[in-house]
Amino acid sequence: MTKAIVTVIGKDRVGIIAEVSVLLAGYGINILDISQTVLQDYFTMVMLVDVGKMDIPFPEVKAALSDLGEKLELSIRIQHEDIFRSMHQL
Amino acid sequence: MINQYEIFETIKMIENDKLDIRTITMGISLRDCVDRDMDRLCEKIYRKIATCARDLVKVGQDIEDEFGIPIVNKRISVTPISLIAEGTGADSYVPIAKTLDAAAEAVGVNFIGGFSALVHKGYTNGDRVLIKSIPEALSQTERVCASVNVGTTKAGINMDAVAEMGHIIKECARLTADRDGLGAAKLVVFCNAVEDNPFMAGAFHGVGEPECVINVGVSGPGVVKSALEKVKGEPFDVVAETIKRTAFRITRMGQLVAREASSRLGVPFGIVDLSLAPTPAVGDSVAHVLTEMGLDLAGAPGTTAALALLNDAVKKGGVMASGHVGGLSGAFIPVSEDAGMIEAATVGALTLEKLEAMTCVCSVGLDMIAVPGSTSASTISGIIADEAAIGMINQKTTAVRIIPAEGKEVGDSVEFGGLLGMAPIMAVNPYSCTDFIARGGRIPAPIHSLRN
Repeated sequence: MTKAIVTVIGKDRVGIIAEVSVLLAGYGINILDISQTVLQDYFTMVMLVDVGKMDIPFPEVKAALSDLGEKLELSIRIQHEDIFRSMHQL
Repeated sequence: MINQYEIFETIKMIENDKLDIRTITMGISLRDCVDRDMDRLCEKIYRKIATCARDLVKVGQDIEDEFGIPIVNKRISVTPISLIAEGTGADSYVPIAKTLDAAAEAVGVNFIGGFSALVHKGYTNGDRVLIKSIPEALSQTERVCASVNVGTTKAGINMDAVAEMGHIIKECARLTADRDGLGAAKLVVFCNAVEDNPFMAGAFHGVGEPECVINVGVSGPGVVKSALEKVKGEPFDVVAETIKRTAFRITRMGQLVAREASSRLGVPFGIVDLSLAPTPAVGDSVAHVLTEMGLDLAGAPGTTAALALLNDAVKKGGVMASGHVGGLSGAFIPVSEDAGMIEAATVGALTLEKLEAMTCVCSVGLDMIAVPGSTSASTISGIIADEAAIGMINQKTTAVRIIPAEGKEVGDSVEFGGLLGMAPIMAVNPYSCTDFIARGGRIPAPIHSLRN
């Protein structure tokens, strides 16, 4: 299993989780964990996903998420989990 | 799952505080390329670099994509060319510089270091030819960087080489006068040069290094400054602790990228260099870390102490985060490559003498400093000698990268663009050291070099 973190930041609106999930499912990316908060209309979401079985190269998922972010006026990123783990955990 | 706060903190460091990997540098040994024939030598060098570094840029790009951390530069360092070319008996090594330039361009790296000679105790014939070739080599190539080691704590200082380098630097600036003396910006004169430095322009692949190796240089002055903003007015104990914690995180990221690059390229991991390296971009300045500690501008009284604390805390935080720490590993204070240093030098808060004092407590030396084109070769040699003496006595690396800009005087500036930035012309002490430099010979190694 290769884990990555999807982060979504921006203004809250209807259907963010739905649109992101549909996109990920389309590439064979399984969502393992999800947490979200809304603070004064400001939406932040973190998804832990498994990219081990996805069927396209990583940069393409990244670009697709970034395009979706532009459409929804949000910032959406996907990064390998290791970058966070290495920086914050011993 | 890792907590949300930490995830967004990392993203903030990258997006707002300009945290990045400054360079992945592949060190390549050229020892097996040695040949009596210059053409064959060049061909072997080109082939070796093109083969070893074939995937370097792509792997760097992949890591950048997957981890979401910018990797600003992918670079190459090679065995000092004076060692490789000596057997040709040629009287110029410019063709080799052109070969290195072409190979660097072919694999897509922006700089290649190692047009170098180590002459701290004396010259071989190859060293002489290499040093004489430097001005032409740097003016006729784009990506090649040169360095010359003129002193070590163990050997003392080769004052003949110091004297010669004054002329060579002047010549480099003269031949590239149309580009504000860019040639001199690609030449470093070292004392106690290190063999595994991933940073340009001083990188070369030392003789004690393996066949091929990956060294990584991290960055992050913006992250340190941002962390210090949260402890305004707190005592220095808190400042030091905050820097240590931040440096630990930055270095862990460097270690991760180094490990990934090394495994994907099938090349051993060498070191992570802990140096805080600035860029001219706003929010990426070492000088602004110093001002955040409570100074008006870099260069104000207290600057050397602030830098000493910063440099030490970065090392303490970083050293536990990486399996192998090496290279220069200290804060860089280049004038032209740091917005805060440019500002301080422009208004006169920062002088050459204050910079010299600062180099006693950090790496690496008088870096990217522009001086009037009328500065004499012997004065430049005097500046090199002073800096080399600081390195020799303190058992640390020091370097001089100085640009005597043709036709420019104090009040003017030079503009190199990109990461090399811009620099105001700084005033140089007008009194002569001509007779001092003319003596030549060697300054003996200090007593504390005798440690056996």
